[in-house]
Amino acid sequence: MGHAFFNNALIRIINNVLIRIIMTLKFLAATLLIVLLSFACGLYLPWWVIAPVSFFVSLLIPQPPLAAFMAGFLALFLLWGGMALAIDLANGSILSAKVAAILPLGGSSYAIVIVTGVIGALVGGGSALTAAFLRKAS
Amino acid sequence: MRIVPFLLSLLLTTGLIICLNTSWGSLKKTPLFGQFLSPQHGFWQNAEPLRQEFNEKIALPGLQGKGAVYFDEYLIPHVEAGGETDACYIQGYLHARFRLWQMEFQTFAAAGRLSEFLGPGENNNYVKYDRSMRRLGMVTAARAALAVMEKDSIIKRDCDAYTAGVNAYIGELSSGALPLEYKLLNYRPEPWSNLKTALFIKYMAYDLAGGDNDFEMTNARSFFSKEDFAKLYPATQDSLDPIVPKGTHFLPPSFVPKAPATVDSLYYNGNSTVTDEELKPEKSNGSNNWAVSGKKTLSGRPILCNDPHLNTNLPSIWYQMQIHTPDYNVYGVSFPGAPFVIIGFNDSCAWGITNAGRDVRDYYAIKFRDDTRREYWFNGQWRTADQRVDTIRIKDAEPFYDTVATTVFGPVMYDPGFTGYSDVASDRSYAVRWKAADSSDELLTFHYLQSIHNYDDYKQAISTFKTPGQNFVFADKAGQIAIWQQGQFPAKWKEQGLFVMPGEDSSYMWQNSIDEEENPYMIDPDRGFVSSANQEPADTTYPYYLGSDFPIYRGLIINRQLDAMNSITPADMMKLQTDNFDVFAQMARPILLQHINEAGLTEEAKAYLNIFKLWNLRNDPSEEGPIIFHYWWDHLDHDILDDEFARTPLHLLHPYESTLLEALLKDSSWSFIDNINTPGKETLRQIVTAAFRKTVDDMARVSQEGNLSWAAFKDTWARHLLRLPALSRTHLPIGGGTHCINAAKQFHGPSWRMIVQLTDKTEAYGIYPGGQSGNPGSPYYDTFIDRWATGAYLPLWVMGPGETMDKRVKWVMHFSTTPSSE
Repeated sequence: MGHAFFNNALIRIINNVLIRIIMTLKFLAATLLIVLLSFACGLYLPWWVIAPVSFFVSLLIPQPPLAAFMAGFLALFLLWGGMALAIDLANGSILSAKVAAILPLGGSSYAIVIVTGVIGALVGGGSALTAAFLRKAS
Repeated sequence: MRIVPFLLSLLLTTGLIICLNTSWGSLKKTPLFGQFLSPQHGFWQNAEPLRQEFNEKIALPGLQGKGAVYFDEYLIPHVEAGGETDACYIQGYLHARFRLWQMEFQTFAAAGRLSEFLGPGENNNYVKYDRSMRRLGMVTAARAALAVMEKDSIIKRDCDAYTAGVNAYIGELSSGALPLEYKLLNYRPEPWSNLKTALFIKYMAYDLAGGDNDFEMTNARSFFSKEDFAKLYPATQDSLDPIVPKGTHFLPPSFVPKAPATVDSLYYNGNSTVTDEELKPEKSNGSNNWAVSGKKTLSGRPILCNDPHLNTNLPSIWYQMQIHTPDYNVYGVSFPGAPFVIIGFNDSCAWGITNAGRDVRDYYAIKFRDDTRREYWFNGQWRTADQRVDTIRIKDAEPFYDTVATTVFGPVMYDPGFTGYSDVASDRSYAVRWKAADSSDELLTFHYLQSIHNYDDYKQAISTFKTPGQNFVFADKAGQIAIWQQGQFPAKWKEQGLFVMPGEDSSYMWQNSIDEEENPYMIDPDRGFVSSANQEPADTTYPYYLGSDFPIYRGLIINRQLDAMNSITPADMMKLQTDNFDVFAQMARPILLQHINEAGLTEEAKAYLNIFKLWNLRNDPSEEGPIIFHYWWDHLDHDILDDEFARTPLHLLHPYESTLLEALLKDSSWSFIDNINTPGKETLRQIVTAAFRKTVDDMARVSQEGNLSWAAFKDTWARHLLRLPALSRTHLPIGGGTHCINAAKQFHGPSWRMIVQLTDKTEAYGIYPGGQSGNPGSPYYDTFIDRWATGAYLPLWVMGPGETMDKRVKWVMHFSTTPSSE
């Protein structure tokens, strides 16, 4: 009896771990795919292409709503924020400081890098979340 | 129910995207934030890497041969082309690549199309601007000029090539590579055309020859008595040192314009007033130029200098370049928007320009039959007016349709439907006669100047230049120097066009142009130099009427200095060109110090007075003296004149500073000194002292604000064309001012300083307040500004044919007709 209990518990733990690994892999795969596809499509298509990309990746790789949102959010935060940061470092913040003064963000280069990342992230996250809810609804 | 979260999420996300894809605001619109912030589409794409490489192979369809552009460390291109056509093609490409937005902006401004992408503006000001430019006939004038340009096979060929070069760049432009300003304002460039080049030329004509004071002078003539008017608006000043010295002998005029018989009853009657308000170019658009002969220089060869004073805009009005073809080798500054080098030098000669500033825009009062303005009274009968409807497109609003009548004099600038910038309704109509509306081919001058070898070539080259009239200074390696006031000027009877003229018959029309051989000039004078600084070109013995709106002080100090200088080197010229000595203050200070009543002054006031007494009369950046002088003179001026001028709501021309100074120098009890609002009779001593007391209050305030140095007080900017402080360079540590040779004001000043010594190997220096790139995200956006502010120069490197591997060459762009296979 105790044996069976032990076995059951072990299986549950292994099961849980496996589910977690699979969920994590799905999360990473979704995030990575959104990053790569958003970048590639962004080369040729308008900026809002990040929305359909996040949406379809999220349909393709089913995840719970929160995870889907996080994947889209993180992907675009990394892509937009990361590209902005890389461009800004190469540019010595010449332009970001000027634009941050116009917007107005007090002329802070960091602020505009973060705002760039967050704006992209909100669109990506929202689109991915919408797809996750659509799956649940159907 | 499970559909609710989906719908909610869908709604929020699409809502966010729509918000980010919308331009917000009413008068000033935001960019589309999603696109603007996207690192692959928006402003981040304009953030150039500091270590940007410009080595490229570029295929330009339509190029005849091959070409190469060698960039030095300042991103100054040294163009190597197989011929003039290819040189123009490559120049068009380079202008577009580095300055596209400004080129288009300026031609949109010229064509009266600002509202199209800026919206109506505060108080409808952009629409008023557009209507003013359209009514003045800028587009008509550009089309007329284009017709002449395209009749000339050389200019047609070169403009076609230039346009093809600009369009080659626009054609390859992805939305990410659009200049920043397009993204901020959310529009896209149009294809370039030869008409846009013609519009740019007319924009310069407007900027330099579009000014007049006809309305303000008409009002002043009606408000003041004849005697007072003569005192306030003298035709010339005693201290004038004209371009062609006093005492020069002039031949009798070949044409004598005849004043109409009705001039006393209809023109000088002082009965008419005007409430309309004109669009006017910046008043202080001016310049300095001079050339000294070899007998005054250390090298024994001429030195030529030029510094055109224009708005110190960013991106700069100038783009520096060298162009070498088998036929010529020219270095200097070009206008993004037009082919050729405008101010510069080649292997044998140098040239420079300043504005002549003659009055070539006059108004005629038109009597229309009725409000339809289809017929007007002319030479004793009703005559049909041509009418056109101008469509002024306005961003996010219905277009405005402006009906403009045209008379024999020219287009109707102001009428009951358009009072300019004035809010006062008016039932009168005024047609404008503007010299720049006549067709001419100014570009041809710059085509010829590229390859001039001597004085005769120069004289030939400038002969096609009609408007805006310019003082072309010249020097060559053979040792000759010269200056010509070049342009086609109307031969006017005395005071013709000083006021609004009657427009009911032909008698007040311009009768003829002055034969251009009669324009003022000087060749190799004994004094060893020629110069100009926008002053009156000659004294009153010149056989034609010249007008009366000319600054005198820069010309005065330049001539005084050049007279005294000998064994001149380029370094001496740098000192002279950036000289902050204020000759106006030198003449005015004795009046102030002689009449100040020091009794009863506070300790603080005495301290400021002492600073002023000890001031070295230089407007150097750290001086306090110029601030005291600025306020003191300003208060004095207003205390003397405001009591009279405030008695009318009409706009009157405020008398020039030189008028007040010369009046007080001659007569310390000048009639205007008395304040007519008080029973007593004020003396100059009272006014000077009162003005000083006010100055002390001003100085205390300036001191509190921490601006107690001339540079901080004056606050010179290199200002972005959209006037955004973030894209401008503000608070530049530069001295000088209106009356100094270094004429750096707040938003205006020496837009290019050039010094060329015509030794066998040309020795040249130059600097301008900008950078070669028009992109605010480029490290080359403001390259030269700090040097310019401190008065430093850069040597101008004329790259020789064997120097393509020189270490000064940082990058090379190769141009060919077909993509290279690599």
